[in-house]
Formats: sequence, C-alpha cells, structure tokens
Amino acid sequence: MKLDQVCFRTNHLSPSWTLDAYRQVGGYQVLENILNNKLKPESIIEQIKNSALRGRGGAGFPTGLKWSFMPRRLPGDKYIVCNSDEGEPGTCKDRDILRFNPHQVIEGMIIAGYTIGAQTGYNYIRGEFFEPIERFEAALEEAREAGYLGKDLLGSGFNFQLHTHVGAGAYICGEETALLESLEGKKGQPRYKPPFPAGYGLYGRPTTINNTESLASIPVILQHGADWFHELGTPNNGGSKIFCMTGHVNKPGNYEVPLGTPFAELLELAGGVRNGHQLKAVIPGGSSTPVVPAEIMMGLDMSYDGIAKARSMLGAGSVIVMDDSTCMVKALQRIAYFYYEESCGQCTPCREGTGWLYRVVKRIEDGQGKQEDLDRLVDVAENINGNTICALGDAAAAPVVSFIKHFRDEFQYHIDHGRCMDNTA
Amino acid sequence: MTEMVLTGPKQTLFTEQLRLALDKWIAKYPRGRAQSAVIPCLHILQEANGGWLSRAIMDALAEYLSISSISVYEVATFYSMFELEPVGKHKISLCTNISCMLCGSEEILEHLQQRLAIKPGETTADGLFTLKEVECLGACVGAPMLLMDKQYHEYLTKEKIDALIDEVQS
Ligand SMILES: Cc1cc2nc3c(=O)[nH]c(=O)nc-3n(C[C@H](O)[C@H](O)[C@H](O)COP(=O)(O)O)c2cc1C
Ligand code: SF4
Ligand code: FES
Repeated sequence: MKLDQVCFRTNHLSPSWTLDAYRQVGGYQVLENILNNKLKPESIIEQIKNSALRGRGGAGFPTGLKWSFMPRRLPGDKYIVCNSDEGEPGTCKDRDILRFNPHQVIEGMIIAGYTIGAQTGYNYIRGEFFEPIERFEAALEEAREAGYLGKDLLGSGFNFQLHTHVGAGAYICGEETALLESLEGKKGQPRYKPPFPAGYGLYGRPTTINNTESLASIPVILQHGADWFHELGTPNNGGSKIFCMTGHVNKPGNYEVPLGTPFAELLELAGGVRNGHQLKAVIPGGSSTPVVPAEIMMGLDMSYDGIAKARSMLGAGSVIVMDDSTCMVKALQRIAYFYYEESCGQCTPCREGTGWLYRVVKRIEDGQGKQEDLDRLVDVAENINGNTICALGDAAAAPVVSFIKHFRDEFQYHIDHGRCMDNTA
Repeated sequence: MTEMVLTGPKQTLFTEQLRLALDKWIAKYPRGRAQSAVIPCLHILQEANGGWLSRAIMDALAEYLSISSISVYEVATFYSMFELEPVGKHKISLCTNISCMLCGSEEILEHLQQRLAIKPGETTADGLFTLKEVECLGACVGAPMLLMDKQYHEYLTKEKIDALIDEVQS
C-alpha cells in the first residue's frame, strides 16, 4: 500500500516542516513553473477536475468544479480562504498537515489564488492550535523571504498576500459561511445560501473556501499529473486521504492511504481493534456521519462512493472505532450533547431540536427512558433534517437516526431494564 | 508589567507593546475592516490580563478598533476560549468528546477533579488552576488529551496528570 504520497510526503524528513525539507520533495516547483510560464488558469482548473480531487472538509464536493464557479475576471477584491478550523469530533488531520508540512498548504493557496483570481488569502486556524499556528506563521515568513508572497511574484505580475487568522473555540465556525462571519470579526453564525461564497463571500466579495487537506493536495496533483493522482485512488475518488484512526484501536494515528483502501486493511494499519476485543461499530467520517455496524464496515472500501454504499459518508476521514465494550446509548448521548452545545441558535428546529434530542437520549441512558422515546427521537431528528440554515442540523440528526436504526435492541434494553446490556460498560 | 491604560485617546490605550501586537493583526485586513481583528486582539489582551477579559478592556478594544462595544461583547461571549471572569494561573481544558471518551477521558476527569478538589468551571483556592471540560480539540489520535495554557498533552494517564500538576505546584 502506498503511504504518505500527498500531504504527508515530507514526513520522512526531519524536520519535515522547513522550506528546505519541502524543496527536497519538489516543493514550490509547480508554483515557479506556473508563474514563469504564465499558465492559463483554465488549464489548471481542467487538471484539478481531471484529478477527481474531492473536498476533504467533509462534503466531498469536486474542487475543480468549485474553482470554476469563481468570476475570476470580475474586477476588485477576491479571496481564497483555507478552512483549518478542524472541530468535527474525531478529526485531527489538518493539525498534522499544518505542523508537519505547512509549506504545501501555502503553495496550494498561492496556486489557488492565481487560478481563481484572488490576491489575498486567509488561513483560518482554530484558536487552540497554538503549535500549528506557530509553524504556519514560521513557514509564511520563510515563503515571504523566498519571494513566494508579496508583489509581482517572480516577476510574473501576480500579487499575492497570505495571512493567518485565528478562531477562538466554536465548532460552527468550520461551516464555511460562519467562518466568513467570524473572519469579519462577528459571531460565527451561518449565512443563508444562496448567495454562495463564490458570488458573495468575505466582505461581500467572491470567495473560495477549501479545507486544508484539499489545498495541500493541489501542488502534488500539478507536480505528478492529474492521472497519477486519480489513479492513486479509484474512479471519481482521486488521490489518497488522511484517515484519523481513533477510539478502540491499538495504534491510533493519522494514516494517509489511497482512497479505495479496504477498511479491513486500514484497521490493520492502525494495529487492529484493542487487544482482547471485537469490533462493534465504526463512525467512518466524523461524529456527524451515520454509524456503521462491524459486519457491514468490514466489507467496505474507504472512498466517498465506497462508504456511501452503507448510507454513511466518508466525511473528513475521521474513523471512530468502537469495540464490543461500547455502550451505544452512552456514545450517542455524548455526540448529541456536542451538537446541542455547538448549535448557534439561529434556527428553531436546530436550537430546540438538538436540546430535545440530547435530553431524551440522556434520559434513556439514565434509565428513565419511555417506550415511545425511540420513535419520537427518530421523528424529531428527521424533522430537523433539511429544515435549517446550515448542515449542523443534519449533522445532529444523522447520528440519532443511525444509532437507533442499527442498535435499536440496545436502546430498547436500556428502556426496559434501566441499564446496559451485559458485556457493555 | 506596566499597567494597561483603558481610557483616553486611542494612541495611548493599553501599552505600547500591546498596541504594536494589535496593529500587526489589524494590518492583515483591508482598510476599514479592523473589526476582523477582534478575535486575535481579544486573545492578546486576555493573555496580557492574566487570562480573562474585563468589560473595561473590551470597551477599550472597541474604541481602538472604532467599532461598537456591543460587537466586542458579542464576540467575547460567543467563543469558548474567552473568559469573562478571573481564572486561575493555569487553565486546563480537558476534552471529553467521543474519541477521548472511548479512550478513558471520564477517569481522567475524575482524577483531575480529585487532585485539584474542584469541578469543571471552578478555580482552585490557591488560584493556580482552572478546570474546564471542552469539546473536541482536534487531537483525537492522542486521546485522551487536554490543553493546558498553550500546550497539548496527549495519551493521558493518571500518572501523567499527577506529574503535570506536581510540576506546576513545585
Ligand atoms: C457544522 C459544520 C462544521 C464544519 N466544519 C468544518 C471544518 O472544521 N473544516 C472544514 O474544512 N470544513 C468544515 N465544514 C465544511 C465546510 O462548510 C466546507 O464545506 C469546506 O470547508 C469546504 O472545503 P472543501 O470543499 O475543500 O472540503 C463544516 C460544515 C458544517 C456544516
Ligand atoms: S442549523 Fe443550527 S448551527 Fe446551523 S444556522 Fe441553524 S441554528 Fe445555527
Ligand atoms: S475527541 Fe478529544 S480531541 Fe477530538
């Protein structure tokens, strides 16, 4: 299996995060080539489209297509924004990209700026990431000194400035329009869409927002070619992906493997399920993606289309592994609490619904559940779904529906007996 | 440390050193968009003020950025990293979200509560520690984990917690 081909390609170097290290793997050559030969933005977009790169922030939207929406010839300010807010429980890959290979994010952002016609970029990094922020800032300094940032880059006439912005602890700011509000110095409350950011983004100007891992993939695609990247993965699921293997595995960690890798192989890479235990269930893409029981999961491939077969989502590649000691009611209670805590409160179904979901799951976990609770939980969750300004509402609903669908017995047992089924904690 | 100046003309607010730090952030945004710097500025002022933001500091920042006080309060109350009341010298934020929970964050929380004799949200009597229970901090492969001041501590055990606290107390 090919490991560390894209975002972690400097990991074998020590230190891996300096300009020197990045140059050793061919860093900034793509940018230099683009600037020296004034490559056509359309041809760059074409290559990104052909690479089948899909957004790594969770939704899996094709990056090339997103870039093509930008009105690049429109005069005036336009922006490229990198989403390093990383807050979906189970997700911790952007932190390592920023710590171990920050220059690749910078090169990706400059190329993105050139392609979509933006002269300014902001990398929105969550406030708690003190170490990644420091690394990214140091890398920015190096890039500036090397002439990759500023005016008239390498004599091409292209100007580009790139800045770090910091958050301050609010999961909702990972949602792209909440992030823009936050970047404008406001509360992180999502905007109605449409208008989409490509038309009305930061300060009301055309803006493209991409995840850290998506942007860090760009230089590698253009260096090795769209076909190379596409073939690394599977059709329509180009490249490799960082999977955050967390929970009950022997070797938790971030593993960068080709999309389409069988889950069973990925699990083995992470040392398998905690010693002496059996796999029970997996949340494949972060806490908002539907849970998948072990038997089904063991037959799936780790790609967007592969996980969709089990009616779940690859999301941000945040694989939360649960063994046979896990109480599914308790796990759901913790997840439900998170969405309740992080709802920004703008829409009634989300604000009221997330609180209600949490309280009822907690009641079941505490042994006070009522028979009608299960059907009503699913009802309320389904009513939030699709009736809100942003996708946090759906994110709160999906775990509830899927946990009850696949582990109804366990919820029923809690209601009937006021406690966990035997072997679980 | 020189006392922060919180009233008077803009050019003399805070301290010179702080003004330089704030101006570095303000310069990142387009002309007339100084409000964008409100979060980074609040971080800087909170740190300079022993970990929390007083009303007077927020008012002074509003004045400095030429925005309304209410827009600063709104931000300070929305984001969980900002403290609106005094906190201990060291802030411990323990993640108890799903990946950390699966790896034993509950026992770590219990141990912390015992060692410090406080509950989440409280500060020790000696003013050394404030304990907070927080949502995912994006380091789930190192679960269970916590943030103390600016440092992540991963793969926590009771022994590691003891060592961490002993070091601060000694
Ligand atoms: C509640 C919520 C939280 C989100 N959090 C993040 C995040 O932390 N990082 C991220 O890249 N995308 C996050 N997203 C997705 C973004 O809105 C956006 O789709 C993404 O940054 C686009 O980048 P991509 O196309 O490169 O994936 C979140 C979405 C929602 C609804
Ligand atoms: S769905 Fe929830 S988080 Fe999203 S805008 Fe509405 S209230 Fe806020
Ligand atoms: S769940 Fe604890 S750091 Fe992510």
